[in-house]
Parts: sequence; structure tokens; C-alpha cells
Amino acid sequence: MNETIRELLGRVGGLPVAVTDITDEADLYAAGLSSFASVQVMLAIEEAFDIEFPDSLLNRKSFASIAAIEATVAQIIKSREAA
Amino acid sequence: MDMQTSFLDRLFDAGLLIDTGVDGLYGRSGQFEDVIAAFERLIDKVGGGDGAEAMRFPPGMNRAFFETSGYMKSFPQLAGTVHSFCGGELDHMNLLKCMEVGEEDWTKDQKATDIVLTPAACYPLYPTVARRGNLPAGGALFDLQSYCFRHEPSKDPARQQLFRMREYVCMGTEQHVTDFRQSWMDRGVAMMKVVGLDVTIDIANDPFFGRAGKMMVNNQRDQNLKFELLIPINSAANPTACMSFNYHQDSFGTKWGLNLEDGSVAHTACVGFGLERIALALFHTHGLDVKDWPEHVRAALWG
Repeated sequence: MNETIRELLGRVGGLPVAVTDITDEADLYAAGLSSFASVQVMLAIEEAFDIEFPDSLLNRKSFASIAAIEATVAQIIKSREAA
Repeated sequence: MDMQTSFLDRLFDAGLLIDTGVDGLYGRSGQFEDVIAAFERLIDKVGGGDGAEAMRFPPGMNRAFFETSGYMKSFPQLAGTVHSFCGGELDHMNLLKCMEVGEEDWTKDQKATDIVLTPAACYPLYPTVARRGNLPAGGALFDLQSYCFRHEPSKDPARQQLFRMREYVCMGTEQHVTDFRQSWMDRGVAMMKVVGLDVTIDIANDPFFGRAGKMMVNNQRDQNLKFELLIPINSAANPTACMSFNYHQDSFGTKWGLNLEDGSVAHTACVGFGLERIALALFHTHGLDVKDWPEHVRAALWG
């Protein structure tokens, strides 16, 4: 999952630095992720993982770092399996 | 009866607003304009000493600047573009035939011009200031007013498609512009009190488009980027935003290349007055005849 997220982030995140230079915990907004780009990342992740972000997770925190995105996606997949 | 329709009908009956046949597009009477002029003088009295540079733009802006602004990313449903007939004689004949028959949409071949209707009074300002080079030490302050367009037809007289927005825009360091915003939140509350209006301040809820917009609005709320001063017009439960206080962080500075004297990116903030909404709040609160308004309110506006 980490690899897919990194690939999508590199493709649509519009970051001024290479994704390989960003650690899992690094602040993506500080690295140059704009709020509009974070929306594009969100839409790309939804398509790649066939999930839908609930309104409650559509916020800055969910996309603050690669680790945060991973945790958010895992949470959505888990709640879908539980349903 | 629908309360909103009824307030609009009362405004029509009193002649304050003039029906054009399109929801949200109204004429204004001399009396209505006089209230707006009086309130703008009050704004001048409160903010005039700050030394803002005044600029007035028409309600249309350069389409290239509009595109750079990113407005279409957030509010495509509200934007208005100006289209014109650009064909030759034969096209003209076909156009007239099409209009006469009325079966086809005669506007379908109209071409986009270089003009887009201004969505907020400050939009033409940023590229204008950027052209001047680095901002002076101590930042910069501007005073703007323009008719603005938003495509949202409604029977709510407080939601018009063409309305005026008065703005102050501040550019400088983060501390400078957030202090500016805070001072206007305090001033706004005090001004409304002087003219007898009950207000509350709350975090804004802008109508960003679609699911992506849900994320934009959550980000805006989480970061306390925009506050609104609310006054009851149509309902006490859902008061109307009559002023807004926006902190853009360095997003406009980065987008337009607005730099401080030392070359660092400027932060920006703006405070906006919805002039028609404020006039409507006054008419709704104090009555449709200004002669009946409380003496202290009349004194504050015309004294």
C-alpha cells in the first residue's frame, strides 16, 4: 500500500521534491503539497483502492504525511470489511 | 408563507428593490442606495485613517487573471463568463433566424471574450500589485469596491447574483496580516452595534464544489482561515454572513508572486463587507422606512 500511495503522490501531488526523498512521517504540506493537490491525491487513492473517503476523513490531517494517508486508507478498508 | 419570498415581496412593494424578472438580479431605489452610501461613509470613518490605497475596478476582470486565480477549482458553479457574437454576416443571419424561431439555443455559438465577471472585489488587485515589484517595508493596504457576480439564483434577497463588495486587503508578514484581520473583526462587531444590528462571529462555510470541495471546506475550517460576521435577515436560526475575514496564508503571495521587501513571500488577508446584505439587515431590523429607524442609528449613518 505504501508503494501505491507513493506512486500516486508522485504522479498527482505536484510536489517540488522527489517522493523518494520524503520519509513516511514527513509533513507533506511543508514539503509543498497544496490543498488542491491533496484533493487530487484523495481522488486518485479512491480509484486505486476502490474506496470512498467518508466526509469525516476529508480533512488536512488525513493527508498530512504518507503514514497518515496509509493509516486513513487502512481505516476505511477495515470499516468496509466490518460492515 | 415562505418567509424569504415574503421579505423580498415587501422590498418590491416598498420600491426598495426593483424586480427584473430574474431571481437575484434587482434594481435598487434611491433610498436603498442612500443606505449603502451612508454605510460606506461609516466604513471610511472607521478604516479611513489606516492609509489604504483606494482602487476601483469594473465588475469584469481579465480572463487570464481569473484562470490563474484558481476560482474554477473551487467554485465552478458560481462563475460567470462574458461571451459575445464573433461571427460574420452569414452567422448573423443564422443567429437572427435562430432567435426568431426560438427552437434552438441562440447563445450556443457565442464565443468567450477576454472578460470574466468579477467573483470578489479583490481578485483584480493581486496581479496588479504583483506587477509593481516587491512590496514596501511594512507591507501594503488596499481599499476596493466592486459589483461581484455569483451564479446562484435565489428568492432570498440576501443572495443576489450581482451585488457590491467593499474590501480592505492587507499584504505583509503573517503577524501583520493576522493582526489586521483581528482588528477588523473587533471593528466590525463595534460598527454593527452602532447601527443597532445583532451579530455573531463564526467560522465560515463556503460552498466549495463537489466532494473535493468537502475537503477544501474542512481544511478551511480546521485552519481557521475564514470567519464571518452573521446577522439575522431571513431567519434567526440561519443568520446571513454580512462580513467575512479571510486569511489566505501565503497562497496568494505564492500564486501571484507577491514578495516582501526582503524577497520572502507575502502573506495576505482581506476583510469584506457585503453591502446589499448590510442594507437588507438594516431594513429588516429597523423597518422599511428609514424615517422610522431609531434616532441613534440614523445619527450613526447620516449624523
